[in-house]
Order: sequence, then C-alpha cells, then structure tokens
Amino acid sequence: MKKQKLVMIGNGMAGVRTIEELLKLNSDLYDISIFGSEPHPNYNRILLSPVLAGEQTLEQIVLNDLEWYESNGIQLHTGKKITQINRKERTVTAEDGTSETYDRLLLATGSLPFILPVPGNDLPGVMAYRDIKDTLEMIDVSTRYKNAVVIGGGLLGLEAANGLALRGMSVTVVHLAEWLMEKQLDKTAADLLRKSLESKGLKFLLNTATEALTPNASGDRVGHIRFKGGLEIPADLVVMAAGIKPNTALAESAGLHCNRGIVVNDTMQTFDPRVYAVGECVSHRGTTYGLVAPLFEQAKVCANHLAEYGIGLYMGSVTSTKLKVTGVDLFSAGNFMGGEGTEEITLTDSIGGVYKKLVLKDDRLVGACMFGDTAESTWYFKLMRDMQNVAEMRDTLMFGESNIGDVGHQGHNKVAGMTDEDEVCGCNGVTKGAIVKAIRDQGLFTLDEVKKCTKASSSCGSCTGLVEQVLMNVLGTDYSATPRKKFICGCVDLSHDEIRQGIRKEHLISQEAVRSQLGWRTPNGCATCRPAINYYLISTWPHEAKDDPQSRFINERAHANIQKDGTYSVVPRMFGGLTTPAELRRIADVAEKYKVPTVKVTGGQRIDLLGIKKDDLPAVWKELDMPSGHAYGKSIRTVKTCVGDEHCRFGTQSSMRMGVELERMLFGMYSPHKVKLAVSGCPRNCAEAGIKDVGIIGVESGWELYIGGNGGIKTEVAEFLCKVKTDEEVREYSGAFLQLYREEAWYLDRTVHYLQRVGMDYIKQKIVDDAESRKALYERLVFDLKDAPDPWKDFERAGVDVRQFKTIPIIEVESV
Amino acid sequence: MSELTSQKKWIQVAAIEDIPILGARVIQAKETRIAIFRNTENEVFALEDRCPHKGGPLSQGIVHGTTVTCPLHAWNINLDKGCALEPDEGCVKTYELKVEASLIWLNSDCLSEF
Repeated sequence: MKKQKLVMIGNGMAGVRTIEELLKLNSDLYDISIFGSEPHPNYNRILLSPVLAGEQTLEQIVLNDLEWYESNGIQLHTGKKITQINRKERTVTAEDGTSETYDRLLLATGSLPFILPVPGNDLPGVMAYRDIKDTLEMIDVSTRYKNAVVIGGGLLGLEAANGLALRGMSVTVVHLAEWLMEKQLDKTAADLLRKSLESKGLKFLLNTATEALTPNASGDRVGHIRFKGGLEIPADLVVMAAGIKPNTALAESAGLHCNRGIVVNDTMQTFDPRVYAVGECVSHRGTTYGLVAPLFEQAKVCANHLAEYGIGLYMGSVTSTKLKVTGVDLFSAGNFMGGEGTEEITLTDSIGGVYKKLVLKDDRLVGACMFGDTAESTWYFKLMRDMQNVAEMRDTLMFGESNIGDVGHQGHNKVAGMTDEDEVCGCNGVTKGAIVKAIRDQGLFTLDEVKKCTKASSSCGSCTGLVEQVLMNVLGTDYSATPRKKFICGCVDLSHDEIRQGIRKEHLISQEAVRSQLGWRTPNGCATCRPAINYYLISTWPHEAKDDPQSRFINERAHANIQKDGTYSVVPRMFGGLTTPAELRRIADVAEKYKVPTVKVTGGQRIDLLGIKKDDLPAVWKELDMPSGHAYGKSIRTVKTCVGDEHCRFGTQSSMRMGVELERMLFGMYSPHKVKLAVSGCPRNCAEAGIKDVGIIGVESGWELYIGGNGGIKTEVAEFLCKVKTDEEVREYSGAFLQLYREEAWYLDRTVHYLQRVGMDYIKQKIVDDAESRKALYERLVFDLKDAPDPWKDFERAGVDVRQFKTIPIIEVESV
Repeated sequence: MSELTSQKKWIQVAAIEDIPILGARVIQAKETRIAIFRNTENEVFALEDRCPHKGGPLSQGIVHGTTVTCPLHAWNINLDKGCALEPDEGCVKTYELKVEASLIWLNSDCLSEF
C-alpha cells in the first residue's frame, strides 16, 4: 500500500511530540515532511530561560537532533517558512518556492510575541523573547550594554529579566497590572515575589504603561523608554514580553476558521477534516494553552487519530505554573483567586517569606497559590487533578501530605532537602542525581518516561511523589504531573474507570472482547493490563465471565508464591488463625518428606512452607489436606484474631468465632489487591485491627468496624466506619464494604487508596445510611462467592492448568 | 562443512497442544532448564529459563505478543532474540526449534554444548 503523505508546518515541541507519538503507534503509515521557519531542529523552548541565565547551553536543550529526523525517514525543511496552503490542491508552498502535497496536514505554527503598538517599537535593540535567535541576541547585547528594560511582568518577562540581570545588566521590569504575574498569583504572593526579586537587584515599575521608545544620541538604536505620566529611563535593550498570541495568519489565509486560535474539536481537527492543529496556535473549547504539558496531551490525542485508531478525546487540561528563577520558589494552579462559593485557607509568614493559599469548593481543592515553600505543590496538584474529596483532611491540608509511615527513603518527603546522592527509589537504588541527570540529558517530561528510563518508582511506587517533585523542580512549568487522565498502561488510552464502565455497559465477558471493543493497540495486552482486565471481568460478571489463568500473575496461576530462586511457598489456610494437632502433624510430615528448607510462622497467624519445587505442589497440597490460604493472591488473605472471651479475662466478644465466620464467608474472594481482616475481642486490640482493610473490635455492647487500614509500604490507621450490634450485622456491613471496594476500586489499589479517592462520606452513605444499597452489595458478594472452589483441591472448577506442574524431561542428550 | 556436520539432530520434546497458549512449559535437559513458549499466533520459542537480570524463571511469566514479562522484577524479554527490551539490557540463550505435524522438535546440537 502506498504511504499517505503527512506534512507538518512548524517544528516546535507540540508538533514534533505529535510526530513522536504517531511513530510509536504506527511508523509505516505516512511519508512525513516537516517545515520549520527556524534553522534548528526541535529544541526545548522553555529551557531558553536557563540558557539566558547561563545555567544551561544551547546543545543541552535540543530535543530531537538531525539524526532523529533522518533515522525516522522524516524530510526536514529548516529555515523555510510556509506562506501558502492550497486546500483544494492539497499543497503547501514555502517562501523560497519549495512545495509539497499532502493527504493530511498538521498545523503547529505556535504563537507570536505581542509587540506593543508604540512609537519606536521597530528600533534596533527592541526585541521579543521567543526563540534561540532572540536568546543569542540578548546574550550578545548584555556583553556590550548596560541598561535593559523588560516590558511585561509575567512568567516569560521575569525569567528574561532574571537572565539579563545574571548576565550583568541593570534591569527594570515594566508591568501594566497592579502586581506581577497577575494571571498566576494573587497580590500577596506577587508582593513576596517582587521583594525577593528586588533583593536580587531587579527594579520594578508596576501600574505603568509604556508610551514610546526613543533612539539614543547617535540614533542607531533604542536609547530611552518613556512612560505615560512622563517618566523616562535609559534603555539600551527593550524586551517585549507582554504576552503571546496564537500564530493563525497562515490558517486564516487558507480559509480555516479561527477565533483567537485555530479552532479545533476534541480530536484536534480543524474545520477541514484533513487538517489537524496542535499547540499554542490552537483554540480548543475557547481556550488557548501556552504551557507545554497540555500541548503534549493534545499531541497524544492528535497522533491517535492520525494513526487511524480514532479513539481518545482531548478534554482540556488543568495547568500549573512554576517560575524557573533559581532561588525563587513559587507555584500556582487552578482557581487560585477564589470567588463565589469558594473557601480559602491561608498561611502567611511575611518575615520568613512564606505564603500559601488553598482554595476549596464543595470539599474539593480547586486552586493553590504558594510562595517560598512549594514542596507540597505536586501533592496539591494531584488532589486537584483527581478532584479528591478533602473534607477529612481539611484541618491538616495546609501542612501537606503526611508521609509518616512511608518507608524506603530514609523518611525523606521533600526532594529539595535531598542531596544528589540520596536514594529516591529504594527498590531500584536510584538516586536523586541520577533522575535529574536523566531528565536533563534525555529530555524527559513525564513520570512514565522517568520510570522507563531510570526505573525509579517502577516497583512498589512509594516514591512516586518524590519523583514527581524532582520532575517539577527540574522542569518548572514544563511539567504538569501525569496527564489529567491516567491510562491503565501503554496498550490503550483508557483509564481504569473507563475500562470498568466499558465492561459493564457492553457486557463484555472475555479478554478478547475487551481488547477488540475498547480499542487495544496490542494483540494480547501486556503484563500490566491483562491481570487488571481479568479481575474486572470476573468481578463484574461473576459466574459468567471466563477467568483466564494465563492473564494472572504466576502466583495466582500456580496457587503458590514464587520465590527468588524459582521455588514456591505454600501457606495452608487456618481459619481465624486456629489449627489442630492433626493439621500440625500433617504440616510436619510434609515438611520432612519434601525436605522443605524453611518453615515460618507468618504475620497472618498461619504457617508458611518455603522452598517447594513447583512439580511437588499438587502432592504437597494433597498431603496437607488443608484449604488454600490464598497467600499468593490479590484476594482475601487472613482474618487475624485475638483469643477473645472464650479464654481471655478481658474479652468482651467471641473474636475467634467471629473471625472464623468472616474468613469462611470470604473464602475464594478475589479483589483489586490483597485484603486482610482482623477481629479483636476488646479495645486492647491484640489482633491489631487498626492496620487492616477491615478491622473489627469487640466492645461490651457490640462491634466497632474500622476500614482502610494498612501496615505495608505506607502505614495507615483504619478509619471508624460504624458500630453494630450483632454478628450478622458484622458480616453484612464488612461484606458490603468489601463488595463496594471490589466493584469500584482500581486494580492494585488497596482499600486505603480507594477510601482516599472516594472519601469516607461516600462509603458511609453507601454502607451505613442506605440499608438497601448495603443489602444489595452484600447479596452480590454472597452470590459471587457461592461455591467458590478450592484451587488446591478442585483443579477443574478453579481452572488450574495442571500441565504446569510437570517438567518435561529430556532423558538422553547425545553428544556429537 | 560436510553434509554430516551441517545436518542437525532434532529431538522431539512435546506436542504443540502441551504448551498453553500465552504460556510455557519447562524442559529439563541435564542441568539446563529450557522454557518453551507459545503465543496466540501459534509460534513457539525456546529460551533458557533464566532471566538475564537475576535468573528468574521466565517460563512463569506473562506472555504477550512476542514478549514474556519475568515474574520476579517484570523485565520484558523478547522471545525471538532472547534479549531484554528497553530500558533493561541483557540476553538469554535461545534454542532452535521447529514444528512439524503439531510436534515440537528441538535442535539437539545446541543442547550438547553444555
């Protein structure tokens, strides 16, 4: 098949990112040509400020070198500005006459600086700050002249001013508004920022409008700037940084509908369906974006449609701002000004130079503005993006994410305080310095890219927040955490929720159906999505969807825990932690017969036999003659109990009996992640119910139920759900909660993550307030678990492929 | 060089149905454990059952496309070449095999090297 022709106009970050995403999806679909008006390959425009400030070199900010274009078969026309698009003939023509035809056209023409319409704006020495050429000119001027004036006290203007000051110039920033960065900061934060920059030697003229630029004595370049009101100051260099406007001239001349930007729909198509547009030149749902993170989200969607997958919509972005001026810590995001229907929490320490403002609406964080201490900014941004209910933590919200209990990185929770040698990822031994280096050298922008290149946060994930902080500190505005929507894996652009909904709505009951109907790009998914889909299928359509053992992690396929040497561990079930002399005798016999190297008592009140060969598993299970402990599964693990009122002099309730009943009820329950329960017979809580997914504590008058506790990576104390009277109620309430978790949590979320996402109010409403909802949930759980097979005994019904337990011998290998 | 040395010795190891689709079986040849994989295209692959990372049994991993994900630390190994996918590095020995009449044959020349 003849390849189609894709032409891209513009060679900047959004456009080239679109091409990269497209090549990842399908590299054979198009012959690609790119026209760029600058004589350079794609570089990181946002890092021009560190170049100006002398902190980075031009070579360091190139994102795609010429070799990249060549090795991907892309025809690159640098230094060629397209002046005409003929949509009828489907051709584009450059200034120098170069012409190409297209099947698909991608406009990524970016934006143009806004040049103030004042007399003298065309004098030599008056310039914008937009590209490499401008940057080099500013560096050059700074070596020969003294006085610089920057018009515009926004992000770009302040970074320019800072850079010029570091280059030795005397810099004045002129700003029309009452305070700096008025689109990103409130007045309090802006005043702190101004003071901080003044202490670095910058001068400011706020509330000031420019009237004219006048030449110097010899008349060969700008010499002065005059303001309304008559004030005039010397200026050998005037940098216009008063805003940008989408570059739509070419699109307009081609008759494409523009309104501030080139108007596109949610699939990044213009009014001509053959013509796509991405980046700063675009107007999407009436909004234009100037920060890179949303542009990359657009790129991803656009590439998906160019690759003819036809799924994925761009729904707009939440953006955040961070100033890249070394030594100035500033962050803002969302609706930081507040207004009708919002509430504010503020903290001000004007002496210490710290200011934090959080804006809440309907128990959700909708905006944040911070100066002086931005360590928690990634967390706040995540809360906003996920629209998490923060009612529960309102009184501590200001103090940031409590990382008490996080293990694996020496208690660090603020990246700024870490040295380059400090380990961020304790699982893979990745230091802060290694991550910073990878971000800089390899041009990484997202958490996923850092995971892939450095392996940091790719194992247990407890350092994800730290890695996000590193990204934010290195990239500043470039970074907006992970995309608004988190995709399940690289196989498909869908979130966990969307997949769950798809499975329910379309009544999908097999892996193949999910992948073909929901638009997977890979033939059989990957090791990340397959187990998740399998769980979603069997939990959504119990007794109907087909369980696929080959989509389960090995432990759930072999019904034992794989160990580092490839042997397995076997943990038979002891309901409620109770056993008998006969069981202990059988365990001892098996341990001796199969030469089990390690026999260990577990934290869940049972016994672990470690180091068993896979081929021996069926015989071991048979001789143990005990139920599977499911110690290997994303499933019910144990119900830990204390002795309770049967023996204990303090006991108020029969915790052992309750624990055994619960464990029997939940036998064979698969869940998004492992589930552990505990039942204590009195508030002394010897069964440690406070760190369990469901913790039950007996009191004289009944039982207290706690949920969402965790004792692993992040120690989390369970929260009180309700108090009930009878054993039957304990079963119903805890069963209903677990079913809610099973139906709504994302795969690999523990109850604590689920609880944090939906909030305690929601759970209480579903479980405590609404008796009908509770009973329905409980009934669905009971239905699902009806006749749950024991995978150690009933291979057929549990779908255990017994072939896996037989190694195929090769008896004699002749030597030749 | 001669007809004889270029002639390969094939030994029959299993029927293709013995290998689960998107799964593997293990063959024990003296001290060496070889994993035989089968994917949805009915292609079969033979790799030493040792991940180049920390020696994990690849046969126990999840198979997708022409890749297996090691069960120990989730390295992705290409089944065809036996090499780890980015960002990891390292390769594991592969073995030549053929399928005839639904039977899998292993080239025993490469076995005898051990």
